[in-house]
Amino acid sequence: MTTEKMHFEYPVEGGNFSKAGYPSSQVKKTLKQLNVDGNVIKRTVVALYEAEVNIVAHAYKGVIFIDIDTKKIIIKLVDEGPGIPDIKKAMEIGYSTATPEVREMGFGAGMGLSNMNNNSDKLTITSEVGKGTNVEIINYFPS
Amino acid sequence: MKINEIVRLIKGTVLSGSESLENEVKIAFASDLMSDVLTVKIDNLLLLTGLVNLQAIRTAEMSDINCIIFVRNKKVTEEMIRIARENKMIIIQSPYSMFKVSGILYNAGIKPVF
Repeated sequence: MTTEKMHFEYPVEGGNFSKAGYPSSQVKKTLKQLNVDGNVIKRTVVALYEAEVNIVAHAYKGVIFIDIDTKKIIIKLVDEGPGIPDIKKAMEIGYSTATPEVREMGFGAGMGLSNMNNNSDKLTITSEVGKGTNVEIINYFPS
Repeated sequence: MKINEIVRLIKGTVLSGSESLENEVKIAFASDLMSDVLTVKIDNLLLLTGLVNLQAIRTAEMSDINCIIFVRNKKVTEEMIRIARENKMIIIQSPYSMFKVSGILYNAGIKPVF
């Protein structure tokens, strides 16, 4: 694996499901090229994809920042949107504020945040109602 | 079970990945809820779904699922096929319902996840 640090940024449009998944797909390809362990790749892209779908489903727009070094990947998702009033409640399985349109896309069952948590070594969510939400996912590569 | 045998049993049409039909699958998961699919940790899973949109393909991509069966002959778009091909994924369309495809495959020895 290269010792170089890598940085990528991807814009995300709220409401545009046709583009959802592209950043996660690109990150998957990059991690594969870096020969990262397959299980870590899967956990990382599942967490990222869930987080990305959340921006598309709930926010107006957002940016995904990816930083990769030899030991870990740090993913930051920063969105402008309604924010999450009660993060603890949002983490509960089955709790969802998703619209019928989002549910028709196969999401919005209130499973995303807990699945992100299960697939992240470290997950930090901060949010301001009326402003937006910041999500940070850190996954470490096995040495 | 070999995928070409599955195609025969469910009267399937192969839309992508016809070069990989000799591959074997042992376990299947049937769901229209992609959030649920994303919680399954088993690789090389066969996915049965009636949710025919790009997110089904993306969900499979993230979950390392190499084969999807879309039931009830729902329209699969060019964009879906393009991304499936890019990921060397097998896409099969079946005229049967999810219940019928599940029954046929279960009967033929394909195992459930849970």
